[in-house]
Amino acid sequence: MYRAKAPSRRLLTALLVAAPLVLAACNQPSYGASRGATTQGQDTFKLWSAMVTIGIVIGGIVAVLILWSVFRYRRRSEEMPKQFHENVPIEILYTVLPIIIVGFLFAFTVLTENNVDATVAAGATVTSTGKPVVDITVTAFQWGWRFDYPGLNVGVAGTTTHGPDNHGPQMVVPAGQTVQITLVSDDVVHGFYVRDFNFSRYAQPGVTNVFDLTVIHTGTYDGQCTQFCGLYHSDMLFSVRAVTPAGFEQWASSEVAAGNTLQAAGAGAGSSASNTPPPNTRQYHSNAAPAPSTKPKALA
Amino acid sequence: MTTTVERPELLTPEPAGGPDAHGPGAHGPGGAAPEHAHHEGPSGIVNWLTSTDHKVIGKSYMITSLVLFFLAGVMALVIRAQLMEPNSSVVSYQTYNELFTMHGSLMLYLFAGPFAFGGLANYIVPLQIGAPDMAFPRLNALSYWLYLGGSITMLSGFLVAGGAASFGWVAYAPLSNATNSPGAGADLWLMALALTGFSAIFTGVNLVATIFYLRAPGMTMFRMPIFTWNMLVTAILILIAFPVLFAAVVMLFCDRHFGTHIFSVQGGGSPILWQQLFWFFGHPEVYILALPYFGMVTEVIPVFSRKPLFGYRGMVFATMSIAALSTGVWAHHMFTTGVVLLPFFSLLSYLIAVPTGIKFFNWIGTMWRGQIAFAVPMLFSIGFLFAFLMGGVTGVLLASPPIDFMTHDTYFVVAHFHQVLVGTAVFAAFAGFYFWYPKMFGRMLRESWGKLHFWSLFVGFWVCYTPQYLLGLHGMPRRIATYAPDTGWTTLNVISTVGAFIMGASFLFFFVNLVVSWARPVPAGSNPWDGHTLEWFTTSPPPHHNYTHLPPIRSERPTWDYNHPEHRTVITHRTPGAPPDQPKELTGAPS
Ligand SMILES: [Cu+2]
Repeated sequence: MYRAKAPSRRLLTALLVAAPLVLAACNQPSYGASRGATTQGQDTFKLWSAMVTIGIVIGGIVAVLILWSVFRYRRRSEEMPKQFHENVPIEILYTVLPIIIVGFLFAFTVLTENNVDATVAAGATVTSTGKPVVDITVTAFQWGWRFDYPGLNVGVAGTTTHGPDNHGPQMVVPAGQTVQITLVSDDVVHGFYVRDFNFSRYAQPGVTNVFDLTVIHTGTYDGQCTQFCGLYHSDMLFSVRAVTPAGFEQWASSEVAAGNTLQAAGAGAGSSASNTPPPNTRQYHSNAAPAPSTKPKALA
Repeated sequence: MTTTVERPELLTPEPAGGPDAHGPGAHGPGGAAPEHAHHEGPSGIVNWLTSTDHKVIGKSYMITSLVLFFLAGVMALVIRAQLMEPNSSVVSYQTYNELFTMHGSLMLYLFAGPFAFGGLANYIVPLQIGAPDMAFPRLNALSYWLYLGGSITMLSGFLVAGGAASFGWVAYAPLSNATNSPGAGADLWLMALALTGFSAIFTGVNLVATIFYLRAPGMTMFRMPIFTWNMLVTAILILIAFPVLFAAVVMLFCDRHFGTHIFSVQGGGSPILWQQLFWFFGHPEVYILALPYFGMVTEVIPVFSRKPLFGYRGMVFATMSIAALSTGVWAHHMFTTGVVLLPFFSLLSYLIAVPTGIKFFNWIGTMWRGQIAFAVPMLFSIGFLFAFLMGGVTGVLLASPPIDFMTHDTYFVVAHFHQVLVGTAVFAAFAGFYFWYPKMFGRMLRESWGKLHFWSLFVGFWVCYTPQYLLGLHGMPRRIATYAPDTGWTTLNVISTVGAFIMGASFLFFFVNLVVSWARPVPAGSNPWDGHTLEWFTTSPPPHHNYTHLPPIRSERPTWDYNHPEHRTVITHRTPGAPPDQPKELTGAPS
């Protein structure tokens, strides 16, 4: 009996393997997530959508089994039910089948992860687009962000404000071109997160994280610090504006002209307190501003 | 309904003294209960405070942890009130940060764990294995007092200058160092973790020793109730995890006060080390919080289905696999740090779905073709199944690093772990509480109020947490005190807050239930649910040393076998070498 069931199980496995691949070809349901504004985010979205579909199918089967048992076998008489228990073939089935499913999910995950995590060599040209990589060093600090463009001698910093008019600093990137982010922190752990990129990464003291983003279309995407980083964590907003490559060149030269150049302390290590703040730096409202105790550390 | 059978001769008759007749004089080793029963010792409160009886300590633990649970629940309601509208100022940023830190700390360190292993397990495990008490009664009392002291220490943070700890329940370095969190509240929080950590370690030692050495004759390991099995595995996990937390706490304290630089970059230390150590504790901790509750529903479901557990051995091995895997998945909390080996921790995290699935199929297989009665403990267990199913499926999603990248530190994760933890430490906890309350207090809770409690909690649960998944997918980070109106998060937050207040209101029914049931007692009798395991054989509440006599223990359902000899548990598995189903000579109390 156990042997006889094997072909149908293989069929089921094959269906489970095939389902997401079939789904990937169609317009996948988003289940509330962003479809991804970067190529990496789109890869993540495909994985997300397929996995949620599988989750709904499997979770749905389990939920139906629970509901069925609960309603079908509710106590309707005092008759004693048969005292059966232990059925080794069934127990093997519900052990082996999940292992197969898990193996498949893991394989899908690793393939996507390799795409999302892939980085090109700094300063190199991306083969698929034939365009150079734009290097940006993103420095998180209590409470704001600094975006340095070492290749362009541009540095944009912004402490965030406490209050309704807070929008945080803006990182400008060329659309359709790969941007390599070097993410560091001046003080505590922060989280670099842009919802439409389907991506986040910690900015940590003592760790330098490097990842690539390729924003597909022009537009503005909201970002925010996601890792709790102290009193004004809630205000630690930023945004990413993707412009055309020509617009990007224009923006860079206007920033240089405005004096928003790289800070002296080298990529990423600078902080706005060690130099004259750039014009677009905003300060805390006086009633809420604690002395930013962490600033001198950057000089050490 | 229950077939009445005459008791076999080998059992000694009920003693003349009532089950509640026990005083502090009977605490000495080998104290014969009837002789000391009418001894007038220190009365009431002194008796309670000086007791080393596992039942008294268990109740103290449960009451204390429930008080802390309600405190933490009130904090959650303030948090939800704050988030109900954008640019809200119900509380200040600082207060908000203290509130979510203390909400998480109270719920995880001071409620969910202690309620299970200090409270219910302390009370129930010795009864389930036919032991007179825990192996080390005085150590047990010390555990409770350390726990109470630690809890007061943590709460006292609200009274000191600078307020309570405000770095989240995970206290990531370097936010938790002396520069970024200078207040005494942070130190009190660390001391509280050290105190309650030792309380947990002592309870873990006690449970392991009790389960290994104080089982009644006939109670082989593979006849132990699943709840006891789960508590054994939990206790071992406690002994693995809590010493690491203690070490990390001591290191952080040294960084804060004695000039070490273990977790600071400036002195050559590593902030990431804190995350590694914390989660090496923290992930086993998740299962320390979950396994006892899995055990509770695994006791409840067979009783109300009137069937044995579907796969007893499978359940035991699933529990062991979960525990083993849980020590190797800590870095899935650190996928976005960029410094951990993603495929390894991802694969191990995925694999936990396998034993968890085995548990689900066991629970379903137990209900299958049963005669399910929807008493309140069973309702809470079914509620647990659905809550944990949702939390489990979203957990499998989060085991995938790319999906973790997209949802980490957003409300998606908040919704996920609240569904898991409320599923276990609230739904399953109250399944256990309603189930064993008659045993502990000798009186029944009211079914009608219990059902109101369950249904309002169940509705509130889905209304509260389902929108949070969407909020996370729409980009709302966790631990933010407020948000702008143009984020579009307002409507979902309003729904979530309404759900939270429905959950809060459900506990009003619980209080009414407690009061009504206490004011007009309905006696429970020794076995109100037609229970399976040993604790239903003794009186409710049990006498001082638990048993005056025991039934033969030939399966994992001794009380059921005794009450239903014509439907005895069929033994399909035995320890190699042991002859199956052999009656053993059992006379008198085990002590
Ligand atoms: Cu931050």
